[in-house]
Amino acid sequence: MLRSGVIARKVGMTRLFMEDGRQVPVTVLQLDGLQVVAQRTPEKDGYAAVQLGAGTAKAKRVSKAMRGHFAKAKVPPKRKIAEFRVDPENLIEVGAEITANHYTEGQYVDVSGTSIGKGFAGAMKRHNFGGLRASHGVSISHRSHGSTGQCQDPGRVFKGKKMAGHMGAARVTTQNLQVIKTDVERGLIMVKGAVPGYRGGWVTIKDAVKKPLPDNVPLPAAIKPAQSVEENRATEEAAAEGGESNES
Amino acid sequence: MDLIAELEAEQIKALGKKIPDFKAGDTIRVGYKVTEGTRSRIQNYEGVCISRKNGNGISGSFTVRKISFGEGVERVFPLYSTNIDSITVVRRGKVRRAKLYYLRSRRGKAARIAEDTHYKPLDNGDKA
Repeated sequence: MLRSGVIARKVGMTRLFMEDGRQVPVTVLQLDGLQVVAQRTPEKDGYAAVQLGAGTAKAKRVSKAMRGHFAKAKVPPKRKIAEFRVDPENLIEVGAEITANHYTEGQYVDVSGTSIGKGFAGAMKRHNFGGLRASHGVSISHRSHGSTGQCQDPGRVFKGKKMAGHMGAARVTTQNLQVIKTDVERGLIMVKGAVPGYRGGWVTIKDAVKKPLPDNVPLPAAIKPAQSVEENRATEEAAAEGGESNES
Repeated sequence: MDLIAELEAEQIKALGKKIPDFKAGDTIRVGYKVTEGTRSRIQNYEGVCISRKNGNGISGSFTVRKISFGEGVERVFPLYSTNIDSITVVRRGKVRRAKLYYLRSRRGKAARIAEDTHYKPLDNGDKA
């Protein structure tokens, strides 16, 4: 039962005190105008997926091509876009807004994001090497890696040898984080533990691949009930704006 | 107010705890819920507060030091822990440090703290 994930913004971390005396460290993730922008269908694209957009972008900062794309879906321009593979029966209508109760409390999720960049890091920081000794004749190279291989045979350093280099700023997935609490009104999902990336960074949340999916999750997704007339008009106007500037 | 501060303020309100005004140097009694099997009871832990950390926020904590059977014991309590039943101030101490870690190296008479006889309660409403 592959269903869509969500795009969220990392707000920060805090702690929750439970009734039974436990305290739980949680990361607060926020859904911000999360809507379906496009569908990928097996007939047309050869696979089934939904393309979601989140956040709000100024129309003038969005490229013409993307403005046309958003106008076609009749959604306001989005800041961040991601695609999620789904089963064909779990495709979601274009324009539908996904809410925070997409995940049930207690279920496990995988969260992916771009980790905090550390720049060029040494072997001790990057690979947890032990470094060299503080004394006993070691000079200057206390934090260096030691030997990188053997002698004349093989006469080279093996590929994949752990050495100093660029660390962080890579896509990282943290698996099996438990959803502690959701808040539909503010679009908040609180997961236990840390999530890759800076505060304010974008992350994607998916059902955990290594844990069974609970029975009570909404399928195909938790969708916001039909918008009121006013809101609907506002959305259409925004979309129309995008469309107009596309034509001009 | 940012969202995290908002959430923390909400949680503090929802927990509805009255935290007395106390600082490092004060002798306090903490009623801590202990669960043994299925039964739970309240255990009092009394000693000198030697540090308070992270202010009055949800992540605030304080350290209580006491001498138990000749051995120094320190416990760190989260300020808003649901396991804390009550905090009462037994005695106000007069100290010139925010963290009284120097007490760890002192024994007996040298580890005394003078009583603050001029203590004025704060008048900022609920926190007092």
